[in-house]
Amino acid sequence: MKLHEYQAKQILARAGIPIPDGRLATSPEEAEAAAKAISAPVAVKAQVHAGGRGKAGGIKVAKSPAEARTAAGAILGMDIKGLRVEKVYVERAADVASELYLGITLDRDRRRPVVMLSTVGGMDIEEVAASRPEAIARGWPSPLLGLLPFEARALVFAAGVAPAQREAVADIARRLYRVYGETDATLVEINPLFVEKDGSVLAGDAKLDIDDNALFRLPELAKLKEVSADEEAEEKARALGFSYVQLDGDVGIIGNGAGLVMATLDAVQRAGGRAANFLDVGGGAKEAVVKAALEIVLSNSRVRSVLINIFGGITRGDEVAKGILDVIEAHPPRVPLVVRLSGTEAQAGRRLLEKAPLESRATMDDAAAEAVRLAKEPARA
Amino acid sequence: MSVLLGKDTRVIVQGLGREGRFHAERMKEYGTKVVGGTKPGAGGTKIDGIPMFDTVAQAVDATGANASIVFVPAPAAMDALLEAIDAQIDLVIAITEGIPIADMLKVAAVLETAATTLVGPNGPGAITPGQSKIGIMPAENFSPGGVGFVSRSGTLTYEIADLLTRAGLGQSTCIGVGGDPVVGLPTPDAVRLLNEDPETEAIVIVGEIGGAAEERAAEYMRAEGKKPAVAFIAGRSAPPGKRMGHAGAIVSGNQGTAESKVRAFAEAGIPVANAPSEIPGLVKKALRR
Repeated sequence: MKLHEYQAKQILARAGIPIPDGRLATSPEEAEAAAKAISAPVAVKAQVHAGGRGKAGGIKVAKSPAEARTAAGAILGMDIKGLRVEKVYVERAADVASELYLGITLDRDRRRPVVMLSTVGGMDIEEVAASRPEAIARGWPSPLLGLLPFEARALVFAAGVAPAQREAVADIARRLYRVYGETDATLVEINPLFVEKDGSVLAGDAKLDIDDNALFRLPELAKLKEVSADEEAEEKARALGFSYVQLDGDVGIIGNGAGLVMATLDAVQRAGGRAANFLDVGGGAKEAVVKAALEIVLSNSRVRSVLINIFGGITRGDEVAKGILDVIEAHPPRVPLVVRLSGTEAQAGRRLLEKAPLESRATMDDAAAEAVRLAKEPARA
Repeated sequence: MSVLLGKDTRVIVQGLGREGRFHAERMKEYGTKVVGGTKPGAGGTKIDGIPMFDTVAQAVDATGANASIVFVPAPAAMDALLEAIDAQIDLVIAITEGIPIADMLKVAAVLETAATTLVGPNGPGAITPGQSKIGIMPAENFSPGGVGFVSRSGTLTYEIADLLTRAGLGQSTCIGVGGDPVVGLPTPDAVRLLNEDPETEAIVIVGEIGGAAEERAAEYMRAEGKKPAVAFIAGRSAPPGKRMGHAGAIVSGNQGTAESKVRAFAEAGIPVANAPSEIPGLVKKALRR
């Protein structure tokens, strides 16, 4: 789950990390009032869950409240990577002397958090990592102890932070680590971390991604979850215990188990087609499950055929077949179905499907080829 | 025994709820020695004939258990894993899905100085066919033999085990390492166990997008490999930035791509199957060399 910059900054401020004075606005009038209250040049920043806001024109500097109003008028309603801007954050424009980068994320290889600090701020850190890896200082604190003072100092020295800012930056790093731990963050990033001309250090931007699996113990943060239009089907699926990801092809996919579904998408691609989605129904595949899964997949109007690939493990293949038959009898689908059953009692299941209005195939490769072929056929009357 | 578990492994079940009871029964049917269960307050009773204990330490003392399978729901799973590690159980297998990453980082940090091997979480468990199954996999698809098998996936593991079994290629031990970004026994470590196991003749490595575990496994086999290996990577068609079901299956930026993994295996001289159906043929070819 992603937070907006203004939400993340409130959390940083509560942890004692300096941020510029700022206010949220949902109309040009509110933006003007915010700029008046701040009584200094401001930055008007789109609040959307997308990177590259600046390049998309979603950040503008305004020297007066009237300019802030105009800027907000231009940004509100703007489309950034398919997301409509509903609110802007108006904050004092910093008097920038230099920019740093500070971020904490998971190092999967080391199975530890990694704290990254660089004097190359304001850029995409992945680009910096690729072009100038030596410009990023890294530390791997123990998740049991947190970022210790000596580790924070070591980072500041390794990154080459100017002497006047060392103490402030080390302090911010330790506070940011506490935010990382307390919010179950998968990523927390201050980029840029501004050094102002008077020597003060403060967060220019803030990014905070939360581990969805930890929301059960973060009730206040869970309330901040926003579901955009194109995530609605994914949320609906999640409520049913499914895992659904919309893709851009036309072969709908239903399977059980993440790895098997991924392998099914790959088989469709090898057969010359493109999958419309990823859908893992999880354990079992009883009638209600098949029905709900079909509804979600067919809610995508681009779907021209559906491939159901179920491994009958603990759930037997003949029971899965009965579930599929019951569903298509009661609710005939608008596109052709291809079913591939494997595992326990798969042959019995395939026999049950022989007379059904669907294509049954014994292997994943054959089923994928058939589903791709059907998706390319002219639409049925 | 092959690796991790064999006919003498004695297992307790942590979390005998609906799922735990169902799978404990299947494990007993398979011949796994299920010697106890834990549930605070249920000590001294029996569930489905399984003697219950209040704590893991009591269960270990009373039964001599050297393995545990954990079905405890995600919010309490870290505590269950740490309790099992504290009781110095050799092998802990975590089935639970959805454990917060921060919790698994703490568990991984404790494991650094512990004697326990943790397999999972968010995996199907492990099986030494014909001897012991500690997990939720359907046993029919597995058969005893010489192919060691490591996988990040559940059903895809069953599918490939089924293909191997039908091709007459039995398995030494199959290890489902789990689909989370942080797991107890990452793919390279599981591959090392099988590489050093005298009963394993060839290794099948089933990976997926996300992370760099497959690259590390390939590097290890390139340097230390004593036997042939065959790989498969799921998610080659997945777009970047999308989490494909498993919490760990995501390409972030240029990290974790299928191309990088396929290249790493190729550089290590390990053939990569384009589809699961190609795996048995590649294993046979590798074994004939």
